[in-house]
Amino acid sequence: MKFVISVLSSSNAPSTRRALRFAQAVLAAGHDIVRVFFYQDGVLTASNNLVVAQDQQDIAKQWQAFIAEHELDAVVCIAAALRRGVLDHSEAQRYQRDTVNLAEGYQLSGLGQLHDALQQADRFISFGGE
Amino acid sequence: MAKSVLLISRHAPWAGSDAGEALDIALAAGAFDLPLSILFMDDGVLQLLEQQLPRMLEQKDLSANLQALPMFGIEQLYVAQQCLNLRGLGDSCLAIAAERLDDQHIQQLLRQYDYVVTL
Repeated sequence: MKFVISVLSSSNAPSTRRALRFAQAVLAAGHDIVRVFFYQDGVLTASNNLVVAQDQQDIAKQWQAFIAEHELDAVVCIAAALRRGVLDHSEAQRYQRDTVNLAEGYQLSGLGQLHDALQQADRFISFGGE
Repeated sequence: MAKSVLLISRHAPWAGSDAGEALDIALAAGAFDLPLSILFMDDGVLQLLEQQLPRMLEQKDLSANLQALPMFGIEQLYVAQQCLNLRGLGDSCLAIAAERLDDQHIQQLLRQYDYVVTL
């Protein structure tokens, strides 16, 4: 089964942790993940400027490691990212900002990438709210 | 055949970016000619009301984007009648034409699409 997973809340939200555990379970069960799409506050998960206290789970870091380990296609909605201050090199240059904070393994792209993934998938599950 | 999406928009138009970001999903589907319909539920029904004055809240007018949906090929808009009723808007005129559905018809609608996306 081919899955698309979308993450809609920030990395502090329990739903973003559940999204990661779900994604891990999908692969562990032998299914495929076509794409993980980060939208709304979910784009904040792709920021490498998050600093989490040592005694707390760093879900953003865990997402990043999971994406790298499985070479997943992780797309961050560019419009949602820009308005929340998550920039890659070319956007920082374009808007003359000092900070590049899109973590490694993620790509900024448009909402078309969500629809493109849905067309290739069998199942879509999104994680938002709390 | 392209897989279809039912987008459920559940937030009030001027309560943060949810309503606008839901609409962007619809417009993107339209731009790629993909089948998508929108169901307005909960506070999302407020997006359809007439005579909104977003400028008084220093907000951008969303209704122009909603009205542009048919031009993007998004022609099927639905609204949950029960959600209008609960807000005292049962008989209200809607600025955007949307088909009113009772709960039973919403159940049927949900089964007609390949994916349901709720924002």
